[in-house]
Amino acid sequence: MRRVRIYQIAVIAGFLLLLEALCLAGVIDKITMPPPHRIAIDFVRLLLAGKLYPEIGKSLANVLLAFASAYLIGIFTGTVLHGYRTVRETLDPLFATYYAIPVFAFYPLFIVIFGLGDGPQVLIGFLLGVVAVIVTTLNGLDRVPRVLRKTASICRMGPFETAVHVTLPFCAPYLLTAAKLALAYAFIGVIGSEFIMARSGMGYEIGYAYTNFDNATMYPLILLILLLSIVMNGVLTHWEKVLLARRGQR
Amino acid sequence: MGGERKTLRNTLVLIAGLLAFWQLVYWIIGDVAMRSPWQTMRYTVTFVQSELFWTHLPNTLQAFAVALAIAVVLGLLIGFALGLHRLSAEAMEPMLVALYSIPKITLYPIILLAFGLGMSAKIAFGAIHGIVPVALFTLNAVRSTRPILVKTGRVLKLSPPAMVRSILFPAAVPEIFTGLRVGFSLTLIGTVLGEMFAAQHGLGYLLMNAIGLYNVDVIMAVTFLLVVFAAGVNAVLLAVDRRLHFRA
Repeated sequence: MRRVRIYQIAVIAGFLLLLEALCLAGVIDKITMPPPHRIAIDFVRLLLAGKLYPEIGKSLANVLLAFASAYLIGIFTGTVLHGYRTVRETLDPLFATYYAIPVFAFYPLFIVIFGLGDGPQVLIGFLLGVVAVIVTTLNGLDRVPRVLRKTASICRMGPFETAVHVTLPFCAPYLLTAAKLALAYAFIGVIGSEFIMARSGMGYEIGYAYTNFDNATMYPLILLILLLSIVMNGVLTHWEKVLLARRGQR
Repeated sequence: MGGERKTLRNTLVLIAGLLAFWQLVYWIIGDVAMRSPWQTMRYTVTFVQSELFWTHLPNTLQAFAVALAIAVVLGLLIGFALGLHRLSAEAMEPMLVALYSIPKITLYPIILLAFGLGMSAKIAFGAIHGIVPVALFTLNAVRSTRPILVKTGRVLKLSPPAMVRSILFPAAVPEIFTGLRVGFSLTLIGTVLGEMFAAQHGLGYLLMNAIGLYNVDVIMAVTFLLVVFAAGVNAVLLAVDRRLHFRA
């Protein structure tokens, strides 16, 4: 475990040092990328200045909305679908090919339908995430032991109670995986949509800084998005590990 | 045999259902923003014969093919290199997973700055989407090769290249193929996205341009073509994938 940590830190440090060296040596010119230490300084400055907080807040709110809707609707759909085998089998090819479909191609359509606002962005994030949540929920429910369902029916629980008190808690590790996926897709959907076409938000600001060669804003913003998604993902992964360890599965 | 017929029936029912859904949405929203399935297909037929389509299609295909080649080759190399070394595999796997989950779209401006507007930026963007899944699946496949196979190779005193060629690679083929399937889809999405953000050619550019001109016919036709292409290829890859896993 220890050696693995050291290895990981060494890889990251080595990568950063390499970038720093390349930047300082002029192999990567200043217009392409400022050296990492410069980005770190700009990052702190950006956070202290707080000028972009409204944009950051707006994007994060949309990410959260896309995540929450994809997660809740996904789990609900997955749970209901689990009871109808034929419907599920019919939808299987859709689930299997879904992630081959460029969902962003629908963004223009959504803009035309809903107007250029938060709606289409949240919808893209939702659409990207929801199927992953459904599939993961189904996967988890498949592994619920028969005896638990029987116990639930002996206790005269209805389908809703069974799901809330028995089957879904059993699938908790799967639901955490689903949360990770939904979160990643929410970020991709919202930030990507802001990039393609929007009037505000972090993605929009990055695009704006890019066209103005404003690397002092662009790189810290990109770094912020990457850090946010990595940290959130890390927290969920840790939680998942704790859960699995408690159940003696790892 | 029964399984295959069932899949076919399910797929047909699904396609019919999706078309019905599409038609329903069209009735609700109307001509302002959408076309019906029938109108879209009719326009797509004329669109596919137009010169406009044929000037942009080769561009997208070329970028996609190069990006996919890069993603597969680099992904396999990374996957095998890390998979063969226990500590590297253990340390790098979570990092690759983290890389897989970051919104790579945010890296786009950096790629544009590094590669400039045009073909190479599109290729790079497509490739970074595809490398990680290919590498991840390969790494896990190599790592979980049955120990007895590896031991047999050692007993036969195989050199590392021979070991990869005649033991690890064949044993890992089903998993690697799954990686390739996922990589294929992601690379396609990456390439088209790259074209949407900044390019002067390709289907993604055509789509972006159509949005600017509010040309609903073209938006629907390009989206339709992309979805049909992606879903079609994926269905074929999925069938091969299942067969490989079944055999293994």
